[in-house]
Amino acid sequence: MSTQRAAWTFVAPALFVLGVFLVLPACAALLLSLTDFDIYALASSDNLRFVGLGNYRDVLTTPLFWKALANTVWFVALALPLSLATSLGAALLLNSPLARFKGLHRTALFAPVVTTVVAVAIIWRYLFHTRYGLINHALGFIGISPVDWLGDPHWAMPALVLFAVWKNFGYNMIILLAGLQAIPQDLYEAARIDGASRWRRFWHITLPGLRPVLLLVAVITLAGYFQLFAEPYVMTRGDPLQSTVSVLYLMYEEGFRWWNLGRACAIAFLLFALILVVTRVLLRFVRARDETV
Amino acid sequence: MSVRAGICKPSFPIFLLALGCALLAACTQREQTTTLKFWAFGPEGEAVGQLLTEFERTHPGVRVDLQNLPLSAMHEKLLTAFAGDALPDLCQLGNTWIPEFAVLGALEDLSPAVLADGKEQTGVPAGLPGKSSIHPEDYFPGIWDTNVIDGKLYGVPWYVDTRLLFYRKDLLAHAGFDHAPRDWEEWRRAMAAIKKNQGADRYAILLPLNEFEPLLNLAIQQDDPLLRDQNTRGNFESAGFRRALDFYVEAFRENWAPPMSNTQIANVWDEFGKGYFAFYITGPWNIGEFKRRLPAGLRGNWSTAPLPGANGPGGGAAGGSSFAIFRTSKNKRLAWELVEFLSAVEQQQRFYALTGDLPARRSAWAFSELANDEHTQAFRAQLELVKPTPKLPEWERIANEMQLAAERVVRGGESADSALRALDAKIDDAILAKRRALLKGRAEK
Repeated sequence: MSTQRAAWTFVAPALFVLGVFLVLPACAALLLSLTDFDIYALASSDNLRFVGLGNYRDVLTTPLFWKALANTVWFVALALPLSLATSLGAALLLNSPLARFKGLHRTALFAPVVTTVVAVAIIWRYLFHTRYGLINHALGFIGISPVDWLGDPHWAMPALVLFAVWKNFGYNMIILLAGLQAIPQDLYEAARIDGASRWRRFWHITLPGLRPVLLLVAVITLAGYFQLFAEPYVMTRGDPLQSTVSVLYLMYEEGFRWWNLGRACAIAFLLFALILVVTRVLLRFVRARDETV
Repeated sequence: MSVRAGICKPSFPIFLLALGCALLAACTQREQTTTLKFWAFGPEGEAVGQLLTEFERTHPGVRVDLQNLPLSAMHEKLLTAFAGDALPDLCQLGNTWIPEFAVLGALEDLSPAVLADGKEQTGVPAGLPGKSSIHPEDYFPGIWDTNVIDGKLYGVPWYVDTRLLFYRKDLLAHAGFDHAPRDWEEWRRAMAAIKKNQGADRYAILLPLNEFEPLLNLAIQQDDPLLRDQNTRGNFESAGFRRALDFYVEAFRENWAPPMSNTQIANVWDEFGKGYFAFYITGPWNIGEFKRRLPAGLRGNWSTAPLPGANGPGGGAAGGSSFAIFRTSKNKRLAWELVEFLSAVEQQQRFYALTGDLPARRSAWAFSELANDEHTQAFRAQLELVKPTPKLPEWERIANEMQLAAERVVRGGESADSALRALDAKIDDAILAKRRALLKGRAEK
């Protein structure tokens, strides 16, 4: 009994902080999502109406929500594999025994993660510039005519994907690098003695060895990318033709630009449910495969 | 380490003593002075501090606590301050924000103080004086009107803003025009002629597709109001708005304007200098920017002109900032004195010299630097014609939706008919439904 009390005493401060700053606001937001809280309700609580699931119904029948959802899924579908592949590639290069100046390269590749998104967005806007941009300039050398990266509704999201992958791959690279270093070298040696090719060693030793780390990285990145916000906010403001409006960006506009906090909370909970479902499915998929292996 | 500790130790009691003295001094001082909290934003917030020293000198015992906020954070900050009951005494308020804060009931009605019009008046409530040096008839009427909601005055205009035409004289002359266009027909001909000279890669006008101001300024020139039924329904299917939209869309269809957002233009001044476009619809703050940033060779080659209307000068939307006093203020009389001080002709002129912001009072324009500047004269003419945008809290959102509809027509190839039908439907169902319900409820009561 006394140990239990002691345990609760130690846990209490953390529980208190979590309760006040996490559970309470989340519950308040859930309640808010059932009302039509807006600028009029801020003026006088008489103007606050309980609307039940009305906000959820409104949001789900708004074409822009579905468009934002499609944009977000499209972003995740492009950025997640690209991001993982880039991180893994960079980690493999850094882990290679041939690599020189590892510390320098590691720092350089990690640098984008710690730069300010607003500052690098200005540079990337120049890179993507239709007439003066370095990217179009480079494409010109291989005979591709200039792409209107940020002005063409088909190209704006891929442009943001490039930006986001560049900005974020370094973080996953560090985690994957740690995973690579944990794979015992004798496995590689044994495989080499058996005459396994470089590719087979990667496929049969590196990938299975990295599996738990890769899964972790995939889940974190997936949840992060579903919350796409900063990139469209600083690069395009949702333009062109709302092709870069993400779910979170839509929530921001509803909540903090138009002050429809009720509807914004409803969007937040829909996004929460979506991320929950997708990560659960991903985890289950991986576990099912683990069992069959 | 030991050296640092050696220095630190003996100084600690002295530090405590100093702290005690400072606290004591602060306490005794606070008893005598009244602090007036004043929030401002952007370059105005930076410049106004220099005017406040004189106010403090003429008002002994008064200290103005100026807080300068970035424009992007101002709106949110004000709303959270309202919710948290932490509003200042007075603030600079963009005049399109006034309807919102009036709905919140956050603003003091200033009409009793102003309408007294120099005569001593009795029975003025809420700590405001019974006379004033602020005369409504000295202000541009459209600008003054943005501060009046349901007959009550919620702000006093500080500086003004309206969008008009900045143009390249040389490119216009090269196309055979010796003056800026005065109506849409002339403007069309000028743009067509300029585009012919410009070739495929350059344009006649820049109309960024993510800015609602150019289209709004063309639309507000029309006789049809933008909203109808006491601002509870959209009126964008009206003939007037349609005329403005058709003109706007024509500029893109004819390739006079590039279909671009402002995020795609790396540097407007640079592009204007290079002649990427000859016309640009923007506001008074750009006079200073153009003077500063354009290359020396272009100095005499650009000018400003009132925004052309369908038939002759058309005016535009009334913008700018006002002073507003909050109802929660305990120093309303003092706040009002500061508003009067900053509204005085000399201060308005000093403020123009500091910031380039155009004064809201006509009498402040009798000032050699303003009267002799060819670039500001176009604004002087247009300011007589400006109209306020619809006065309701949802307006900015509606303007945004209007621009999205226009973008769908230009970039997405949707027909104007269906885009405007969808726009009105969205405004009626999604944006203004609550306002309608509230007004109806109030009427029934």
